[in-house]
This record gives sequence, structure tokens and C-alpha cells, in this order.
Amino acid sequence: MKINVPHVAKLANLPLKPEEERKFEKQLSEILNYFEKLKEVDTKNVETTSQVTGLENVTREDKAINSLTQEEALSNTKSQHNGFFKVKAILED
Amino acid sequence: MELNQLTIKNAKGGLKAKKFSSVELTKACLEQIKKHNRELNAFITITEEDALEQAKKADNLASQGQAWETKPLLGIPIALKDLFSTKGMKTTAASNVLKDYVPEYDATVVKKLKDAGAIILGKLNHDAWGHGASGENSDFGPTKNPWNKEYVPGGSSSGSAVSVASDMCIAATGTDTGGSSRQPASFCNIVGLKPTYGRVSRYGIISMASSLDSIGHITKTVEDSALFLNVTAGKDANDATTSSKPVPDYLKDLKKGIRGLKLGISRKDLENVDDEVKKPFLFAEKQLKDLGAEIIDINLKYSDYAIACYYIIQPSEVSSNLARYDGVRFGSVRQNFGEEAKRRIMLGTFTLSAGYYDAYYRKAMQVRTLIKQDFENAFKQVDAIISPVSPTLPWKLGEKINDPLKMYLSDILTVTANLAGIPGLSVPIGFSKGLPVGMQILGQQFSEAKLFQIGHAYEQTTEWHKMKPIL
Repeated sequence: MKINVPHVAKLANLPLKPEEERKFEKQLSEILNYFEKLKEVDTKNVETTSQVTGLENVTREDKAINSLTQEEALSNTKSQHNGFFKVKAILED
Repeated sequence: MELNQLTIKNAKGGLKAKKFSSVELTKACLEQIKKHNRELNAFITITEEDALEQAKKADNLASQGQAWETKPLLGIPIALKDLFSTKGMKTTAASNVLKDYVPEYDATVVKKLKDAGAIILGKLNHDAWGHGASGENSDFGPTKNPWNKEYVPGGSSSGSAVSVASDMCIAATGTDTGGSSRQPASFCNIVGLKPTYGRVSRYGIISMASSLDSIGHITKTVEDSALFLNVTAGKDANDATTSSKPVPDYLKDLKKGIRGLKLGISRKDLENVDDEVKKPFLFAEKQLKDLGAEIIDINLKYSDYAIACYYIIQPSEVSSNLARYDGVRFGSVRQNFGEEAKRRIMLGTFTLSAGYYDAYYRKAMQVRTLIKQDFENAFKQVDAIISPVSPTLPWKLGEKINDPLKMYLSDILTVTANLAGIPGLSVPIGFSKGLPVGMQILGQQFSEAKLFQIGHAYEQTTEWHKMKPIL
């Protein structure tokens, strides 16, 4: 199995150096080849398991509760402006 | 015996009897940290002043008498894996991405431990984000095995295991997504617990793979492990995956013995275990028989597929959980992820991507069902299953670091418990070539009390857990 490393890195928003790309291409191919053994398992009509203890639709009462203050929420950011997180523009003029 | 070498149980006894104070106990731990942390690299952050202040408060409370009933860990110095959010105390996930991150809140488990009176000595090193089986993937340098400093201590809860094994603290928290509490415990000759999925709240603990993550701990004895779970277990409104099943008193059946209990062994899975590990394991099997347990051969049909299944599901969920680290709200930019985190983000992004999802992620989630059913069928015949924790002894630092697949394969005996959501307890069963060997006891979901019962009975007939490394 070959993996298109630059494409996947783009999907993951993960900037990689050229040497990392080369290394990962080799290593990830090896790992994906190992995964091929799952093909031996007949999974026809087998349900998937994502929640292992059988819980379903856990909800809470729709009531407002205390959360972090604005100041607390911003306490770890390196980029803020007028009490908001500052992000790069996503729309152009 | 030095104060820092005590178990929770004995430290509590000494504090209650006023043989020593929590300040003295805390100082003994801090002294040991100062002596050996430079070499072992178990702690990322040490909070000496804060710990001593808390210890003073604990001593004051203890002098008032009744505090012990509501505070089962009053005055006991512990340390936390650095994935546990601590209000006002740096929480790094052992990654450069979060090296300056200071949470605004405590994880539920941290709050419970503080409410129970525990003293926090600091934050422990581990494979960054919980990714690894050797401790070497920390962005702050590897942790060393106290039994032989050229060897890995296991991972990902490397600092947790090393700090407890080298008596820098009385107990430590860990996490276990594929063996991260059990395996380092086994590599360091101490006791590690992976509770049932949802038994202990994960709120405030930095997520790795959400359908597999469970919150464990590392202690010097099985009894301490039960005592610790009495504090941490239970439903939490902030973690929807926690169970509302009542939490039993885990100390209640501890001393019941194991006469008549049926213990299963999957012989096929021993074929890939090295002789140095197999030998002590088969001897432990004999000791359990001598204690009155009946050994029954079981067949876990799909165990050969566990690594492939786990290493699809886990990186897929890792890639999703690590997507939040964009450097905007906290932490730094994504370039700062270490190599293993990048590898898992890449692998998981690929297995979830369009065109590959069915062949990888969906297929793995189906195989997971079969692995879970394997265990359900086995538990119709037996009360618990025993196996080695790791197929090999601890390996040398650097030995597997450039071969990720080889590193992943070392998790073969532990990942099944996470896929099936069942609990596992790792206990010391001896040494080969001067390095510790561990056995895990696996049970049905929510059967932790039975695992403690078996582990304790075994521990009472052996001296392994009392052996200390020469530092």
C-alpha cells in the first residue's frame, strides 16, 4: 500500500519537512502492509463496536451552568484582540 | 525502612498513629526526587513549596481527628502523569506543543484526589500524548528504568512507574489506552491498574483515543491499588462515558482468597512470548494453582488481529483528538508535534480519509466486535484470564525507536483489554536477567474487585513486590 504523504499531510493540516515526508512514506507503508492481515477476517454481518460498555444517548438537563470566564478562556492564548481569540482571516475582501 | 518507601496503607497507619507527620513524609519523597530525578528523568514539574504547604494543612486536619473518614488519602504524597489537567500547574502532555500550558481547571480525578487529602508532588514524564511503549517519545527526554538505567521503563506512563518504583512518591496516576499503565508497571516491578472503560472519569485528562482511553494508576501493592480506585471511580456528569453502576468498596473482598476460582490461559498467545518472560509466568500459574485456583485453557480466536485492529482505531481517534491543537486558543503551532505524534496523525488521517474509511476504520471496528465477543465467551467459562503483560523483557534505550512497527507489536498482549473495554491489573511475578516481569489479570467489565482479590492473594505468597532497585 502506498500513501500519498503530501496529500494526507494537507488533510491533517500538518506541515512536514521533506525528510519527514520521505521517512513517513516508508514507515507508514510498512504499517499499512501489516494491516492487510485484517482481510483474512470474515466480517460479513458483523456490527461495528464504537461504544464498548453499551451506553446510548447520554444527555444532561438543558440548563446553563458556570463555565470559564472570558479572561480564563483567554489565559493560554498567544494571540488575542479586544478580549477575543485572534485568528487568520478565512474570507478575502 | 525510609518513609518514602512506604505503601499508602502503611503511610496512613503511621500518620494516624502520629509516628510521623505528612510534612516529614512529603520531605522524604522530595529528598528522593532531588537525589535521583536528574538521572531517571521521572518528573517534568516538581511543586515542592506547594506540596509542603498542603502537607502542613493535612497535618493540621489530621490533628482534629475525624478527617480520615472523608479523606482516605490525607497527607499521602502522590504524583500525576502530565496528561492530567491541574489548575494553575503546568500540564504539558510531555509535548513541546503544550510546554507552557497552564490549565484553568482540575481534571475530575485530580479534584477527587485533592478532596481525599492527597499531596501533589508534581507532574510526571511520559511518552508525549501517551504515544509509546518505552517512554522515549517524550519531548523532554526519556525516562530510565531504575532496575537498569540502560533500559526503558516502559510506557507511556514511564514517569509514573519509575517514580513509584524508585520511591519518589507513594503512588502515581497513569492512563491506559493500550497498556500504558500495565506495561510500565510490569517493567518496573510494581502494580498497575487499567480500570473498565468508563469506571473512572476522563474529564480534564488530555484525550488520546476516546473509545479506548481509561484512567489508571500505579502503586506499590494491590491493596493500595484498590484503595486508590475507591477514591477515583464513579460517575461524572462531565464525562458522558462514565458508568452509573454503583462503585463497590474495592477493599471489601480483597482478602477472600482464590480457592475455587477459575482462571483462563490462552496458550496460543504464549507462543510469541520470550522464554525469559514465559518461565516466571508459568511459575506464577503454578503458584495460583497452589492457592486453590483452577486453570482452564481458553481460546481467544481473534487475538492475532488485535494489533492491526488497535493500530487502526487508535491513530484514527488520535488524529481527530489532536486536530484541536492549532496554536490559537492554547499551545503552539502544529510543527512542534514530535515525530511519533506526527506519525499517528498521518496514519489516522489516512485511515479515516475518503476511499479508505471502510477498508480500514470500519473493518477494524468490526474486528473489535469479534475480539470483544472472544472475551465475553471466555468469561462464560472463567472468572478471570491471566497472561504476561509484555511478550519481552524491557529493552535497551534506543533499540526500537527507529522501527515504529516493531514498537507497536510489543503491545500485543495489552491492547485487547482496551478494545474489549475490560479491566486489567498488572502485578510483579519475578525477574529475568535482573529485569522485572509482570503478569496481568483480566476480568469482565466492572470486575475490578475480583482482580484485586486474585492479585492480592498472589502477592501475599510472593516477595517480588517488596524488592527495590538499587539506585
